[in-house]
Amino acid sequence: MYTDAFMQESIKKVEAAREANMKLDPRRMTAEEKSVLLKTYHPDYREDQFENLVMGPNAGQKVPRELAKLLQGQSRLLNVDVDLSNPDYDTDVLIIGAGGAGTSAAIEAHNNGAKVLIVTKLRMGDANTMMAEGGIQAADKPGDSPAQHFLDAFGGGHFAAQKDLLYKLVTEAPEAIAWLSELGVEFDKTPDGTMVTTHGGGTSRKRMHAAKDYSGAEIMRTLRDEVLNRQIPVIDFTSAIELLKDEAGRCCGAVLKNMETGELLVARAKTVILATGGAGRLHYQGFPTSNHYGATADGLVLAYRAGARLLYPDTLQYHPTGAAFPAQIYGALVTEKVRSVGAMLVNANGEVFMNPLETRDVSAASIIRECSDRGNGVPTPEGYAVWLDTPMIELKHGEGTIEKRIPAMMRMFGKHGIDIRKEPILIYPTLHYQNGGLKITDDTQTDIENLYAAGEVVGGIHGRNRLMGNSLLDIIVFGRNAGKYASEKAKSVTPGNPTLAHVAEFEQLRKDAGVSGDTLSPQLLPDYTRKVK
Amino acid sequence: MEKMVNVYLYGKKYSVPASLTIMEAMEYAGYQLVRGCGCRNGFFGACATIYRIAGDRELKTCLACSTKVEDNMYVATLPFFPLVKEVYDINKVKPTEQIMMQLYPEIYACVGCNACTQACTQGLNVMQYIAYAQRAEYEKCAEESFDCVMCGVCSSRCPAGISHPQVAMLARRLNGKYIAPHCDHLDERIKEINEGKYELLLEDLMGKPIEEMQELYNHRDIEK
Repeated sequence: MYTDAFMQESIKKVEAAREANMKLDPRRMTAEEKSVLLKTYHPDYREDQFENLVMGPNAGQKVPRELAKLLQGQSRLLNVDVDLSNPDYDTDVLIIGAGGAGTSAAIEAHNNGAKVLIVTKLRMGDANTMMAEGGIQAADKPGDSPAQHFLDAFGGGHFAAQKDLLYKLVTEAPEAIAWLSELGVEFDKTPDGTMVTTHGGGTSRKRMHAAKDYSGAEIMRTLRDEVLNRQIPVIDFTSAIELLKDEAGRCCGAVLKNMETGELLVARAKTVILATGGAGRLHYQGFPTSNHYGATADGLVLAYRAGARLLYPDTLQYHPTGAAFPAQIYGALVTEKVRSVGAMLVNANGEVFMNPLETRDVSAASIIRECSDRGNGVPTPEGYAVWLDTPMIELKHGEGTIEKRIPAMMRMFGKHGIDIRKEPILIYPTLHYQNGGLKITDDTQTDIENLYAAGEVVGGIHGRNRLMGNSLLDIIVFGRNAGKYASEKAKSVTPGNPTLAHVAEFEQLRKDAGVSGDTLSPQLLPDYTRKVK
Repeated sequence: MEKMVNVYLYGKKYSVPASLTIMEAMEYAGYQLVRGCGCRNGFFGACATIYRIAGDRELKTCLACSTKVEDNMYVATLPFFPLVKEVYDINKVKPTEQIMMQLYPEIYACVGCNACTQACTQGLNVMQYIAYAQRAEYEKCAEESFDCVMCGVCSSRCPAGISHPQVAMLARRLNGKYIAPHCDHLDERIKEINEGKYELLLEDLMGKPIEEMQELYNHRDIEK
């Protein structure tokens, strides 16, 4: 329900132009146009929002200001005595994080006969995976191929992806879909079993598989159920606050903190998998986020302090369509699938200003341009926004399409009195994904021996921009790989004595580099409390 | 000046802006949430909440992240509910009536009160999907329950002690694995990949200089 006079006037223009707009097939931007657009409007190019790290494995490289503070922050264990000699948990494979990557890793490590322990800051499944709506890519149809998938992802990521990782991603994609199907994930199919697939921004073939617009939720709840069926131990509301290394510098566990009681616990392991996800709750550049409550870059901080390099930590993904109105859902994800199934981006004057299926970075920059220099945005209490003309979907594909294909979106806006079948919605870019992260080899190992990583915490798979549907894919492909490799390695590892020597060394580095401030990291949770100051 | 309302968090009164969700109101009041807060947008089912508007006889349920505060709202959160989750081997179970009888026999004790449906934070017809599960109509149960976020509010209201979200979870996995039509083109592609059909193509592509890759990318044909 839009009661604001400007919005009502603007909607009239959108409605008046709808029929003509629907017939448009706006041309794609040229490489040159995209390059200029990104440099001028994409948040990654705002130099004053970044700073160079002065210490650690990535010293001299730029990262968002908020992240720099945490990467160069002070350990929570600096002046704390922790008894490392009597671990509370002793396991083969310790998995930190219980989203899509962590649970996939757990299942494969369990398949390989390892003793597995999962620790997670919130509950198992409380992860960005659960909120991924649109779908998962795999080149499994005639007319498509893993090579085509590679080209789309490599180009979409500005030719910066680590090729060996991307090769794995695209060639193991069909197998990942089959693995999920065997676990009972319900993909959208036609009656003869053919996958219902659509485009995502930047795809050249329709290879987006979905489970309505609860794709990630359907995958996540199935993986969670499988972990429970296997009775793999999960310690929830417990966060890793430092990694442990033995005398040989190999990772051998973690110090954990009970998020509710504050109790410290020690977990010893032969190998460790970091699957801690992203950083949306750091609200880079003041952006709202589509991420869950615990997305605070903890994994980057833990591994960086232990000596692991990051790759592309300066590239973030701003999802072009975050909800901009009403305030209660500001920043929430409006799935790209809304555009895949036919809605177009329309400005305040009712004009289509771009092809709706450009890559995410280009789309976000284009929306920001429309709302800033071009002055074609719709004013909202939180800033300017543009329309996503959802009623087009049913005009194109018939009544009932929205409820069948994007029920979560219909519900999310419906709760606030907006019927997306009848009214367009207001959107603006929202902080969505960390393109960069820990550098890994193709066996998912970080720079630190016996420390593996999978999921959003990893950088390099997607280069400097990720395509829709390649993240759900990467958590499955690399989650499974991490589980296999880490459990295999665990068979031959005899861990030494766990130490926190690297924490003391890091503190010395801080002093030497003149890092001031007493920011404690990892951050663990955002602080949204008011009144208490 | 923003319009304010009075809310009672666990019985204690706070004055908060009327535009906030229940979750935001708790934070506004000073709570640093750990439990009972997840995606903050209706997908995790982490913030199940019970409330009553003063003077109203009806007890209502919702997700705290997706519900606006109202004046004189009495709020209690339900961040955890002890659901029954039976373990099974997905490769050994079959989509038969026996499996529900064996794992979740309490569904047959449903008294038809419909409290589950009335309580559902997603607006699902919960009692109906339990009825489908009773009759081993797993495809229908899966479809009817598909949007479930497993917050557990339905179970908290059930006099028969049914763990509805777990029943539905089993039905969906049975449907996805055993009942849904098999996808042949997926098998075909996996076979091709395993036989190495795309290796040369990929190696050739990956070996090209960057300018050539850019050319290929910028001029690739896009399926309509």
